[in-house]
Amino acid sequence: MTSAEPLLSVRDLRMTFPGRRRAAAPVRAVDGVTFDVAAGETLGLVGESGCGKSTTGRLIVRLLEPTAGSVTYDGRDISHLSQRALKPLRKDLQMVFQDPHSSLNPRQTVARIIADPLLVQGTPAAQARTRAAELMELVGLTPEHLDRYPHEFSGGQAQRIGIARALATGPRLVVADEPVSALDVSVQAQVVNLMERLQHELGLAYLFIAHDLSVVKRVCDRVAVMYLGRIVETGPKEQVYAAPAHPYTRALLSAVPVPDPAVERARERVSLLGEPSQSSRPPARRGDPGSPAVRPPGCALRPRCPKAQGICRTDTPVLRAVEPGAARQVACHFPEAA
Amino acid sequence: MNAPDTLLRVQDLTVTFATPRGPVRAVDGLGFAVRRGETLGIVGESGSGKSVTSLAVMGLHTGASVSGSVMLDGRELTGLAERELNRLRGRKMAMIFQDPLSSLHPYYTVGEQIAEHHRVHYGSGRRAARARAVEALAEVGIPEPRRRARDHPHQFSGGMRQRVMIAMALACEPDLLIADEPTTALDVTVQAQILELIARIQEERQLAVIMITHDLGVVARVAHEVLVMYGGRAVERADVDTLFAAPAHPYTRALLDSLPRLDDDGDEPLRAITGSPPSLLTPAPGCAFAPRCSQLAGAAAEKWARCESERPLLDGPAGHPAACHFPTYEGVIS
Repeated sequence: MTSAEPLLSVRDLRMTFPGRRRAAAPVRAVDGVTFDVAAGETLGLVGESGCGKSTTGRLIVRLLEPTAGSVTYDGRDISHLSQRALKPLRKDLQMVFQDPHSSLNPRQTVARIIADPLLVQGTPAAQARTRAAELMELVGLTPEHLDRYPHEFSGGQAQRIGIARALATGPRLVVADEPVSALDVSVQAQVVNLMERLQHELGLAYLFIAHDLSVVKRVCDRVAVMYLGRIVETGPKEQVYAAPAHPYTRALLSAVPVPDPAVERARERVSLLGEPSQSSRPPARRGDPGSPAVRPPGCALRPRCPKAQGICRTDTPVLRAVEPGAARQVACHFPEAA
Repeated sequence: MNAPDTLLRVQDLTVTFATPRGPVRAVDGLGFAVRRGETLGIVGESGSGKSVTSLAVMGLHTGASVSGSVMLDGRELTGLAERELNRLRGRKMAMIFQDPLSSLHPYYTVGEQIAEHHRVHYGSGRRAARARAVEALAEVGIPEPRRRARDHPHQFSGGMRQRVMIAMALACEPDLLIADEPTTALDVTVQAQILELIARIQEERQLAVIMITHDLGVVARVAHEVLVMYGGRAVERADVDTLFAAPAHPYTRALLDSLPRLDDDGDEPLRAITGSPPSLLTPAPGCAFAPRCSQLAGAAAEKWARCESERPLLDGPAGHPAACHFPTYEGVIS
């Protein structure tokens, strides 16, 4: 990261949802998350289901209002702005969703879908339509198909439409929440390449939220690994992938299947016990997974961690640099040597 | 049976659905075999026919016309009466699905559900069946199985539910387990645990497994032999090492080339496959992959004409057939 002010700055962000039933404990979906995204860079936010990565994305584009902490965009705290005050900012902050078909209105033509953010911002209709045609071309679709409906497009094409809509207002930051995971394997690479090309051409910054560590490795400059609402490790992609310092990152990376049987046979796996549970039942016994609702004291990974010791039960590890001045930070009492 | 250890042999399997827009041939002339103690990986994208194949083997298609031959342990299953099939399902072959929550009954405890399975197939008494259910839960690594048998499906996490499904599938000691995307809905650390569990049970019981997945990484980890499907047909079959080291079909090659890999540090753009998977409603007369085939880009007109008009058959060396007019063997395009 440069010393210049980052485009996006997230500090100690928290989001607590009330429990589903009256007696249930509130769920701390995001529990003190801090990171920056510089202009033009890609930060990958990875983690398993329920870790709070999507909630974090929604807080940043302010589809949700955080319980505590701050989201600073371009030097301005936007964490509690009203919808009206947010409207001009929405030009800059856009989002791409996981399932292209359910995020496009089936009753609107593609022209209308892509032009919609422009119309909201007050662009005249004719001008918005021209821009929609340009955007179709930009994302590799035929502008002649502007008057078609979403169901007439395949999954990969529909995701291109979703991307075109996100780019309509010329944003500087795009939050992409699992943008390729609903696509067929043979189509994922097309969309990944498209997003990379657009980033270079338009100077976009991405917050790329995904559970697929192979895709994240391809597209990101830096990664942040989340576990039960917190970032457990973050740093430049090369460092985190080559020598993960947190036991959770190590387990996660070692669990990803590699499409090569020879490599698979030679790999060593780092196992965790159990799994992260989203149920609000309190953990009943040892080896039982934690949950965002009832966080055990100390480290959230402790019940599953092969390295856990006494201190992990009592003290919550703080995210700190692996060595003074290092870009890499880890929240663990016993990190691997980098 | 041809080979003593071949458990399942499928030949010329075709499944056709009648739809308002005309018949759809979801699986077309498929053939494969699975040996005891081994895993056949069936890889394909959505609409490639891999799940339809597994349901056809189980005889679970109602309303579709199924033709061809499915021989399980020397016995022909196609055309068998529903009653006969019911006796084989569970005891000879069992299946697990992608989403365990929608395959389990929400009203009954998991113990009751596994026990019922046992009572239906073995006619065992309530008490014996219950005891067997607890045993089965213990076998798949569910802690405190006696207590957990009294829990309902919603009280289990995703991975634990899939363990329950596996316990149920294995309670009647089948010879064949069909796993249809068993880990797709699970987190990657949990996926690793479930794949390990299936591998352990397979080794203990010499179980034959069909692993259906879209994930080539999963196939590389668990399969002995791989069948690649595209547009309802088999495009390539080989042992796992050959398939990944020397894929013969352009689709398999393109798919492997397009994947971002964890063990790859390169930064060049991914070699994406153009276009999208084919529609089964309007099948092309020739090769279904031809419109996306990079091998055909800039190829001579007669090559094009052949691929577009003539459907390639799954042909070639016995251990490594490919359905392509111009397959690549030993690095050479024929």
